[in-house]
Amino acid sequence: MIEQVADPLPQTGFAKVVLELEVNNHPGVMSHICNLFARRAFNMEGILCMPVAGGERSRIWLLVFEDQRLEQMIRQLEKLEDVLAVRRHGAEHEVFERLEDFFH
Amino acid sequence: MMQMTGAQLIVRLLERQGVRTIAGIPGGAILPLYDALGGSELIHHVLARHEQGAGFMAQGMARASGQPAVCFASSGPGATNLVTAIADAFLDSIPMVAITGQVPLSMIGTDAFQEVDIYGITVPITKHNFLVRSVEELLTVIPDAFRIAMSGRPGPVLVDVPKDVQNQLISFTDFPPRVVSDSLPPVDAEAIEEAARLINEAEQPVLYLGGGVVHSGASALAVTLAEQACMPTTMTLMGLGAMPVDHPLSIGMLGMHGARYTNFVLEEADVLVCVGARFDDRAVGKAAQFCPRAKIVHIDVDPSELHKIKRAHVAIHADVGSALEALLPRIRKSMRKRWLSHVDSLRSRFPMQLPGMDDPRTHYGLVRAVAAALDDDAIITTDVGQHQMWVAQAYPFRRPRQWMTSGGLGTMGFGVPTAMGAALAEPDRTVVCFSGDGSLMMNVQEFATLAEENLNVKIVLMNNSSLGLVYQQQNLFYGKRVFASKYGAGPDFIKIAEGFGIGAVDLDQAANPRAALAQALQTPGPCLIHASIDREQFVYPMVPPGAANTEMIGG
Repeated sequence: MIEQVADPLPQTGFAKVVLELEVNNHPGVMSHICNLFARRAFNMEGILCMPVAGGERSRIWLLVFEDQRLEQMIRQLEKLEDVLAVRRHGAEHEVFERLEDFFH
Repeated sequence: MMQMTGAQLIVRLLERQGVRTIAGIPGGAILPLYDALGGSELIHHVLARHEQGAGFMAQGMARASGQPAVCFASSGPGATNLVTAIADAFLDSIPMVAITGQVPLSMIGTDAFQEVDIYGITVPITKHNFLVRSVEELLTVIPDAFRIAMSGRPGPVLVDVPKDVQNQLISFTDFPPRVVSDSLPPVDAEAIEEAARLINEAEQPVLYLGGGVVHSGASALAVTLAEQACMPTTMTLMGLGAMPVDHPLSIGMLGMHGARYTNFVLEEADVLVCVGARFDDRAVGKAAQFCPRAKIVHIDVDPSELHKIKRAHVAIHADVGSALEALLPRIRKSMRKRWLSHVDSLRSRFPMQLPGMDDPRTHYGLVRAVAAALDDDAIITTDVGQHQMWVAQAYPFRRPRQWMTSGGLGTMGFGVPTAMGAALAEPDRTVVCFSGDGSLMMNVQEFATLAEENLNVKIVLMNNSSLGLVYQQQNLFYGKRVFASKYGAGPDFIKIAEGFGIGAVDLDQAANPRAALAQALQTPGPCLIHASIDREQFVYPMVPPGAANTEMIGG
């Protein structure tokens, strides 16, 4: 019998992508977002979150590799009730680069 | 200015939302809410015997009415017992609001008695969930829970309410208004034009209807589209009833246990119009080889379903009904004589075979005998296993919401409590639950609730003393190494039913099983109808898991 087994996904050779999320700010939002990625074995390389708009909302920056599942991931993110907007930036975005100093 | 407790507020908000029946089980952390519910003159509470039963009763109400239904459970084990019913609702897109009690706010995170993080547990199996942190939040959270459950693609929402929030007092001036579904973005006119062009230019189009057509109430529009464009129409397990199965354009259910001709017709399609379906692996088999020649038009209310399994040539994010309304005026009337006669010849060469369908002592015959004794008003539920597939193959479904089955999660134990929920929502209909001896035991405790509520639910038990679908797969794919799939000692199901106070009929003992069956179905109130079937009868045809749909065995 041939069981349905997914081909292993190539892990390297993909460009980095920076995602910018506008979300509601309350305990639990982060777990909804992290769950989406974890369930699909989609590693988040970097994550950064700070409150905006007086604490009503938060902005989350995610650094991920662009594999063929990213488009679907973004659609799933947009479906979350607490996610208000998702913007996609290229690897040239400097938000994580500027943080490098704290990791060396 | 009104003043009340959080518990009283929840009950008033549920009443105002139109909720009239709630299934649940009380316990320590939800007692304030039960105290308030006891004071409601509008809401009937159904006391389930296991929280999973309560969850499926809510599902039955929601599947019958299309409106969100509610279940209650206490904290800890009460809440975790709901998990299977919530996950099942999530995979089949059923609108449901589960309200759980939680330990008081100050004790959350201390491993208090009956504390479990049900919020965290249900993140991946709900459309959305809430942990209510103050009584004021209830004024927005309860309406939001209903709005989210019913808007767009429906689904379950969980609201976890700590005990102290239930007891907290709130003063407020106005109740929030009763919520309705969010409006959806307008249908993309350009995409509709493109879809119409593909359909009009197609020579061998096939229409593929899923559960979304039923949820959207768009069955009549879908049938009109099929007729106008003369498209052979297949339905998924969840879509059965969207088009009457004896409609001349119906080619029945596709996929793992679909008829051979159905899967062969799909193989030859040049345009596939997928409406409210999601290319599930049991429906499409090996996705890369599904409809290899077809251009795909995909209409779905959930944008994340578009391009998920198969890239669509035209993807339309819209309510299925609105999209079909926009599409219909642009579809040319067409005869497609050559294509339809080819479909007919495939049908006669590779038909759905239902051996024994005239003998009520066989599996197909029993399904047909039940159908013959009922009209289309009856509601049919199933558990999960061989009996479920035989009913899907052989029962003549003719209207949407006639059929309730656990499609996505495949939950054994679904059938009886869901049938009860359907009977609670539609007390004038006869509800028949087909079950197996494996599935029935997984929620058999709800027989007590069934007797207490005296619902018009008939359970047709197809007993082969085994986990039939497991037995089948071990025989077909595991070298006949039959292990852990045969029951050594089966219980006396007649005595079980009678012990719970439910009438029972044993067709094995009946001189005229057809007459005994008809009489049992026509007598109001609950009844167990027991019938032994042959363990060596398998569900055919069958696409082996992971194979392409054209590689069917049997049938």
